[in-house]
Amino acid sequence: MKRLTAWFSEGRSTGKHTLPFVVILLSVTILASAANLLLPADSVFYVSTYTITLLGKYLCYAMLALAVDIIWGYCGILSLGHGAFFALGGYAMGMYLMRQIGDRGVYGNPLLPDFMVFLDWKELPWFWLGMDQFWFAMLMAVLVPGLLAFVFGWLAFRSRVTGVYLSIMTQALTYALLLAFFRNEMGFGGNNGLTDFKEILGFSLQADSTRVALFLITAILLAVVFVVSQKILSSRLGKVVLAIRDSESRSRFIGYRTDRYKVWLFVYSAVIAGIAGALYVPQVGIINPGEFSPINSIEMVIWVAVGGRGTLIGAVIGALLVNYAKTRFTAIMPDAWLFALGAMFVLVTLYLPKGLMGLYGQLKAKRNSVMNKESQA
Amino acid sequence: MKIKTLTSAIVLSGATLIALPSLAADTIKVGVLHSLSGTMAISETTLKDTVLMMVDEQNKKGGLLGKKVEAVVVDPASNWPLFAEKGRELLTKDKVDVIFGSWTSVSRKSVLPVLEELNGLMFYPVQYEGEESSKNVFYTGAAPNQQAIPAVDYLMNDLGVERFVLAGTDYVYPRTTNKILEAYLKAKGVAAKDIMINYTPFGHSDWQSIVSDINKFGSEGMKTAVVSTINGDANVPFYKELGNQGISSEDIPVVAFSVGEEELSGLDTKPLVGHLAAWNYFQSVETPENEAFIKAWHAYTKNSDRVTNDPMEATYIGFKMWANAVTKAGTTDVDAVEQAMIGQTTPNLTGGVAVMNKNHHLSKPVLIGEIQDNGQFEVVWETDGVVAGDAWSDFLPGSKDLISDWTAPIKCGNYNTKTKSCSGQNY
Amino acid sequence: MDPLLVELGEAKMKDVEPILVRIEAASDDSVLPLFRTLLEGNLYYIEAEGQVVGQSDVNGETVYKDVFTQQTRTDLQKGDVDKIRVNNKLRGYLRNAMARIQLTAKSPSVRENAVRELLSKLDDDTVEVLEGLYPNETNKKVKEAMGLALAMNTASQTGLAPSNRIAAIEKMSTSLESDVRNLLTRLTRDDSAAVVSAANAALEKIAQRVNRFAFVDQLFFGLSLGSVLLLASIGLAITFGVMGVINMAHGEMIMLGAYTTYVVQLIMPNYIDYSIWVAIPAAFLVSGLMGVLIERLVICRLHGRPLETLLATFGISLILQQLVRTIFSPLNRQVSTPSWMSGSWEINPVLSLTLNRLYILAFALLVFIVLVIVLKKTSLGLNVRAVSQNRNMAKAMGVKTNWVDAMTFGLGSGIAGIAGVALSQLTNVGPNLGQSYIIDSFMVVVFGGVGNLLGTLVAAFTLGIATKFLEPTTGAVLAAILVLVFIILFIQKRPKGLFPQKGRAAE
Repeated sequence: MKRLTAWFSEGRSTGKHTLPFVVILLSVTILASAANLLLPADSVFYVSTYTITLLGKYLCYAMLALAVDIIWGYCGILSLGHGAFFALGGYAMGMYLMRQIGDRGVYGNPLLPDFMVFLDWKELPWFWLGMDQFWFAMLMAVLVPGLLAFVFGWLAFRSRVTGVYLSIMTQALTYALLLAFFRNEMGFGGNNGLTDFKEILGFSLQADSTRVALFLITAILLAVVFVVSQKILSSRLGKVVLAIRDSESRSRFIGYRTDRYKVWLFVYSAVIAGIAGALYVPQVGIINPGEFSPINSIEMVIWVAVGGRGTLIGAVIGALLVNYAKTRFTAIMPDAWLFALGAMFVLVTLYLPKGLMGLYGQLKAKRNSVMNKESQA
Repeated sequence: MKIKTLTSAIVLSGATLIALPSLAADTIKVGVLHSLSGTMAISETTLKDTVLMMVDEQNKKGGLLGKKVEAVVVDPASNWPLFAEKGRELLTKDKVDVIFGSWTSVSRKSVLPVLEELNGLMFYPVQYEGEESSKNVFYTGAAPNQQAIPAVDYLMNDLGVERFVLAGTDYVYPRTTNKILEAYLKAKGVAAKDIMINYTPFGHSDWQSIVSDINKFGSEGMKTAVVSTINGDANVPFYKELGNQGISSEDIPVVAFSVGEEELSGLDTKPLVGHLAAWNYFQSVETPENEAFIKAWHAYTKNSDRVTNDPMEATYIGFKMWANAVTKAGTTDVDAVEQAMIGQTTPNLTGGVAVMNKNHHLSKPVLIGEIQDNGQFEVVWETDGVVAGDAWSDFLPGSKDLISDWTAPIKCGNYNTKTKSCSGQNY
Repeated sequence: MDPLLVELGEAKMKDVEPILVRIEAASDDSVLPLFRTLLEGNLYYIEAEGQVVGQSDVNGETVYKDVFTQQTRTDLQKGDVDKIRVNNKLRGYLRNAMARIQLTAKSPSVRENAVRELLSKLDDDTVEVLEGLYPNETNKKVKEAMGLALAMNTASQTGLAPSNRIAAIEKMSTSLESDVRNLLTRLTRDDSAAVVSAANAALEKIAQRVNRFAFVDQLFFGLSLGSVLLLASIGLAITFGVMGVINMAHGEMIMLGAYTTYVVQLIMPNYIDYSIWVAIPAAFLVSGLMGVLIERLVICRLHGRPLETLLATFGISLILQQLVRTIFSPLNRQVSTPSWMSGSWEINPVLSLTLNRLYILAFALLVFIVLVIVLKKTSLGLNVRAVSQNRNMAKAMGVKTNWVDAMTFGLGSGIAGIAGVALSQLTNVGPNLGQSYIIDSFMVVVFGGVGNLLGTLVAAFTLGIATKFLEPTTGAVLAAILVLVFIILFIQKRPKGLFPQKGRAAE
């Protein structure tokens, strides 16, 4: 406990939002969880399981936004393919959950998931081996996105593919994966993807307690990722990253191997996206190729833009706000939602280049200057 | 201090998400889970309107069990995970008594675990691949044996077709249908070299090579037909290419399972005239029920050009049966309604009577129509009487021993008649 | 004849064929117009008179004409007539019957087509007629076709001496007709060994030619796909290449062009054949003006911030899509193909090129050439090139860069609109039209080299042909994936594309 508080206070010294954020996040999570598990369903303060899963999903998106922000806001690399890393992490978790179904599938095959029985496959493809072990699947959930990011980043950054080119290439990457995962021959369930999960680590996924536990774990991991990222970015390494964002060629001329920094930051970001994906799947109950669609990846970027890129807290706030708005607005007026989303893209880029956090900063600066003037007078 | 206000703000905003207890307990709630935005909105919006129309009519007749029927519409936005989320919202927050919804297989698969967990009830109105029977779902669209197999029978017996091209979009419905058809055709003595199978991605638009392959395949001296499970947007370029490469419907007829009146209304029908479609319903069938339905639809949408189609009829039958079952059970309790549903009958819009079987699938007639230049179908063939929907295909090795029977003593959607055991059940 | 027509008008569809057989037997070639009208589905029955009449559309109005005399009947209303419906079986019968009648037609090409039509249905009666006609036939081509038909008949007679049959087979081996190949394939299972080897040899000979043409066919498919890619990406090559603006709403500019075509056809429903010529300038204007509007309102404020431009234009694309959904409904819209663009150019029985794709290929090249001329020869082009090469220097020389930016963006968007007109002839006109081309267009431009029109041209055709040659072995999906992966890897190797723009800037 002591070490934990020490860690938090350390975080405090590097980023002024870190401690409040972690405290708020965890207390809200714990309160909501308690309200779901302990209170009777007719209580005013009861939080329904629907809300818990919804909040859990938002937190996964927040983590994903964090991943996008780390490379876009801090390093100036606009990835339009982060949905790919998210989905790959999700597929790793999905494969584990699929293997856990065992012989309770429709066809009762103890080894093969239903869709493989259906495709007449006789044995498990090699890339499904070992996925019945939780630790292995989780390793894959970070390793596969990380490796893809490494290979892609290594190739791209070394040959100095930058700016919009890189954005387009990342988009092409996720699009290619989208097409690939749609193919039934790939062995990932085609268009239907993976679904009908039963249990995780022996706990039924349909039990409220499991859902709450997943929600809590998501919140804790989000807090951990937040703190770790904050520490990384405020370290010496973070300063170099910022320098690369502001002028890559100068940093290179000074003598930094900018490509290496970029590759490793890209890998780190992809791993976070993979973790977010792995947490997302058991909570929403399905993973399918739709998650690879380029539109999704662009939407993530707008969460960050709305919240304010270059600040981790901004990314989280943006993800939560936009998704909350989406849930509300698609229910009230589905037709207007796309207009609103589109207008948000345009207005934020035109008038709020630093997002809501930037607005907040501007307002504060204004107030301070007014107060200064008053005190002078 | 600041932290506190922030915390309370977040808790408050969270609280707005919390389900409000349903205020009007004296209504019966019908959830509508159809995409109103995104790629599937084209097809699903129509079904939402159909349900709303049925609810309207039911209320004009005095509602159900003396209560008013109220529709709750949500938009899962063609986003598959959202189907699960919105399904949960309908069942826990709005506490609906029944859901009409979903179109694609993946959306059904996504919402299914939620239905089974919360013991909801859903009516699924679209033709699908079968290989499923849930206690909580009633399937009012066609199973493969109610669409694909009769169509192939027609091709072989009436048109003398000896070679088959099975062309489909690469997803589970075409894959299953084609597998069933392949097994069926082989059982009927068609050689493997006379069956060509081809899959294309969603929205495929460049059909040059495939149509030219089909043409070559069809010009080898045997009467050839295309059995198309091509989905949605890919159809227009496909038929256009057929027309442009000079392949007419009398050379190589195409029988489609996903092209209906609604799809035809968005395209130039000239290149399609003479090609076929197999459904359980066509707007052009002249029966008093159908006329009344079309009239009501035009009045409801205030647009006399709106067409009707097969999934609409499936929604219509589903809703009627559900209303009857609720009346019979005297309650909207899911288990009671589920048992009351089995054996329910409702007149089809195309004549005859639809029956809900023990496996939660309908018995319906199968019709084959030729596309006319006005975007309607001319019925050229129909089954004698009704065909019972088969949840588990007899032509697939994995499922030929499986049956579904939701009455005692089996009470299982997935019952193996050889091992006498029930698998894949969560309850 | 009249009583037969009454029977025809009143028969159920399944009873029609025997009536047609009797009509054919009872009449000469004067019955052709009747059969043709029936085949086209335009034959109507006047119940009150026991007569049939043909219906046609003249400038949007329904006109009834006597089938045989072609005299217009103005006294008929829609309610007076019932359509005589046909199905595929009847259409098949009608086509053969017409061919049998047309064997003696005046025009040699009609006679030739009739013979070729009958190759698949060589029954004894037909052969007898052909044998009677053959010696007196004067036209070389028709005579050849008839000779081929008779040779096929000879070859398939198992009772004849093998030497006669082998001679017939040799005669057949010069033909590319699929019926010939089918017959030869059957003959490879013949009892006579000599016939079998002759048939095999003939098949081999034919197969060589067929393969050659198949290659041409595939090349054409590739060129056609390439022309679509070229059209879709050439506007982007201007906005992205010259201005450096990533326009994610580019696809929606294409979509607007396609919808303009739809609206033009709505306005002039009776002149579908000419609608395209109106639609092309209209689409250019609509998309071009929209482009100028976007540039003035949004893009010019984000100058020098390409990533933000990307996001803002993506927002615009969402708005435009939803706008179209609200105005035109989310359903696809029906765009008709002008009659001169439908059908195909049949070079020989195994090679025919579809007309719409031929026109689009030519159109794409034309647009490309015009664009190159505009950029190289006009003052606008000079300014555009100046701005793209060195914005500040151009500004210093007095070029109104703002104006040039707006015009360039308008030009690029307008050309995207024109692409929409062409694409409306190939695919669905719906709100998602633009989305399906945007990634491909970016790939083409980046692959070709930003800022280089020639690069775009080469890239579009390379990718088109590569995709089409991969497709037969890998399938459509895998081909698309492989091409994407190839481009991703290629760009890592050569970040500036096939034809990098030369410049002296450090980055």
